[in-house]
Amino acid sequence: MRGATHAKWAACAVTVALVATACGGGGDSGGGGDGSGIVGSSWGDPQNPLEPANTNEVQGGKVLDMLFRGLMRYDPKTGEAKNMVAEKIDTKDSQNFTVKIKKGWKFSNGEAVTAKSFVDAWNYGAHLKNNQKNAYFFGYIEGYEDVHPEKGDAKADTLSGLKVVDDTTFTVKLTQKFSTWPKTLGYPAFAPLPKAFYADHDAWLAKPVGNGPYTVDSYAKGSKMSLRKWEGYKGPDKARNGGVDLKVYTDNNTAYTDLMAGNLDLVDDVPASQLKNAKSDLGDRYINTPAGIIQTLAFPFYDSKWSKPGMEKVRQGLSMAINRDQITETIFQQTRTPATDWTSPVLGKDGGYKAGLCGDACKYDAAKAKKLVEDGGGIPGGTLKITYNADTGSHKEWVDAVCNSINNSLGQDKACVANPVGTFADFRSQASQQKLDGAWRAGWQMDYPLIQNFLQPLYYTDAPSNDGKWSDKKFDDLVDKANAETDTAKAVSTFQDAEKVLAEQMAVIPLWYQNGSAGYSDRVSDVALNQFSVPVYNEIKVS
Amino acid sequence: MGRYVIRRLLQMIPVFFGATLLIFLMVNVMGDPIAGLCGDRKCDPATAAQLKKEFGLDKPVWQQYVTYMGNVFTGDFGTAFNGQKVTELMSTAFPLTIRLTLVAIVFEIVIGITLGVVTGLRRGRPIDTVVLILTLVVIAIPTFVTGLLLQLFLGVEWGIMKPSVSSEAPVNELIVPGLVLASVSLAYVTRLTRTSIAENRRADYVRTAIAKGLPRRRVIIRHLLRNSLIPVVTFIGTDIGALMGGAIVTERIFNIHGVGFQLYQGILRQSTQTVVGFVTVLVLVFLVANLIVDLLYAVLDPRIRYA
Repeated sequence: MRGATHAKWAACAVTVALVATACGGGGDSGGGGDGSGIVGSSWGDPQNPLEPANTNEVQGGKVLDMLFRGLMRYDPKTGEAKNMVAEKIDTKDSQNFTVKIKKGWKFSNGEAVTAKSFVDAWNYGAHLKNNQKNAYFFGYIEGYEDVHPEKGDAKADTLSGLKVVDDTTFTVKLTQKFSTWPKTLGYPAFAPLPKAFYADHDAWLAKPVGNGPYTVDSYAKGSKMSLRKWEGYKGPDKARNGGVDLKVYTDNNTAYTDLMAGNLDLVDDVPASQLKNAKSDLGDRYINTPAGIIQTLAFPFYDSKWSKPGMEKVRQGLSMAINRDQITETIFQQTRTPATDWTSPVLGKDGGYKAGLCGDACKYDAAKAKKLVEDGGGIPGGTLKITYNADTGSHKEWVDAVCNSINNSLGQDKACVANPVGTFADFRSQASQQKLDGAWRAGWQMDYPLIQNFLQPLYYTDAPSNDGKWSDKKFDDLVDKANAETDTAKAVSTFQDAEKVLAEQMAVIPLWYQNGSAGYSDRVSDVALNQFSVPVYNEIKVS
Repeated sequence: MGRYVIRRLLQMIPVFFGATLLIFLMVNVMGDPIAGLCGDRKCDPATAAQLKKEFGLDKPVWQQYVTYMGNVFTGDFGTAFNGQKVTELMSTAFPLTIRLTLVAIVFEIVIGITLGVVTGLRRGRPIDTVVLILTLVVIAIPTFVTGLLLQLFLGVEWGIMKPSVSSEAPVNELIVPGLVLASVSLAYVTRLTRTSIAENRRADYVRTAIAKGLPRRRVIIRHLLRNSLIPVVTFIGTDIGALMGGAIVTERIFNIHGVGFQLYQGILRQSTQTVVGFVTVLVLVFLVANLIVDLLYAVLDPRIRYA
């Protein structure tokens, strides 16, 4: 039978194909427990070029954390800012600082890390012509308006507030009192840069050189970066593995599948669809720890409908209408924690986190919610429209759930509707240009573990991320007062007073704190996520 | 023939400009791309303005288009938001996708046409019914379901292959993704071939060939198959473009950093340069593939002549 022969051939072709792929499979990892093993980890393609002052998202930040050590570093466990390259940072008036750096630090190309390495890097980061997206981090330093004016060209090339005293000392003058300023210096934007960065910028971007525990071995943009332990690293936090291979995944589901199949050691973003299985799949090797991220619902205070007196009752009512416990449990599989203040648990008690600061307004109470909304004059226009971007994250699910919860509590079908926007960029451009007329999903990922970072950039009058244009004199005054406070404990409690103003006014509705979730293979141990939900790579041991 | 080719090439020019303009406008309608670059915070206005200037987004759309097309003809496709040249992205993405597409096309041709011939010659027999049902199932199941299932079973449960393709993407790793990518088209090729063969089997020239006493093999391949291939070739030709652009699902599942991945990233980040650049090349591929298909007709059926 001829036909049968043909069919047989086809079947054979498929079998051969499958067997051939089998040959391509199998492990590729060497190394024993001697600290030379390589960790394979999932990665996302960084959105911006990999420069310290130009990286503002987790994927790029991950690499900078391995390549650089700044003046300060946040303890991966406690979040406390500790001196790293800095010997000491002194101030008498909370405005003029003297930074003394340790001797003996080097970049991996042999160049010494000096005071100039910092000052030059900061000047570069602040300068308008370099298009650095984190330039505003240098905004507290005197002379920023000259190198980075709101309009027109720069009037100066360097920040007048920065002065190199000698090889290991430089001084900083700020435009205002800011007692906790040294604690912000753990942010990657403040990293030192070697001369090679300016001499051949393209070459540096192709293979970045830093002063951290790892060096870049090879970098294929968009697909893979191989980092290797730098033997010459003198810092206290040497790498305990031989290196890290970061592999870009098109989809975090595929990364998870690779972890399951044993081709990958670490996935630092367990996909939402797998959260249900993660515990049974991974057991102890599933990590679910708090990160410095809070999600909120923001309102358009530039619209008089939302800012008129009495509306705070409506906002509080809406907040009470949301069943946070149920949503975090069923939709997020407990990778979110219902929020009861406007900061994050990672700050700790001393750092400013205060559970329950929001009070009854963040507790679910349908009857009270309905009454408050009615007392306040009802939802403007009768319907609350919640705008979100549909392209990333699982925003659709929770926005729908929040709307259901509000509709049920208020007993109206159309009290809340979801309004998806196609892309994140479009969503952000509408929000930042004050084009939204209802509520929208907002979120904040901290830059550094300080209560100041959760309040000032978001709610201070005309602050850069105050998209809703909320403004309150009392709040602003308290923030100013807290920043001028030299005693840390007092500063924190003053910030909390400011936070109480948020509670009274319900400037935004706090929804939940986000956790970092990760999974790892049984080949590696000592895996942990820091407060930024980035794995602490240098601590990972490969068996 | 020469004149025909020239006329076809000239026709490509308006199609090319029209398609690129449409894409350009569509990406522009989506709003301000710079806003997405700063994450959940607002870009500081000075940096945003500077970035817009650098990417040429501060000019009116028509001017952006004219400048862009001008640059394209000098081989400059602009820069993506992460600082990489779009041509650099293309040089890594296209080889991967072309390889994947080739694997898929080979599957279509080898398996699809073979099955088509087998079933076309045996219409109504059990084997025909089985293949018909199978192709129906394949057409009915979306590609991502097939892909994810194969990945789960072959990659994780049975450990026959790696669930994801490495960055070098050698051909042996592309076989399963290629099969997934080809699956639906493969079913169509089978069905097209089957119908065409079954119809032509009763044609006079086949009866003549058999009556002449030609061996069965020669009758089927030289006479029957050659004449039945015209609709199949048309389908496969247009499918090349569709496979390259449509590989987005397969590429995502198997972690292949090809054209689909770059386009997806480009659209998410609203990077006009990336999206328009890649689509421009895809449009060219599509046009050339169509031209080749039309020229192949004459090879298959000498009665078709081009003036």
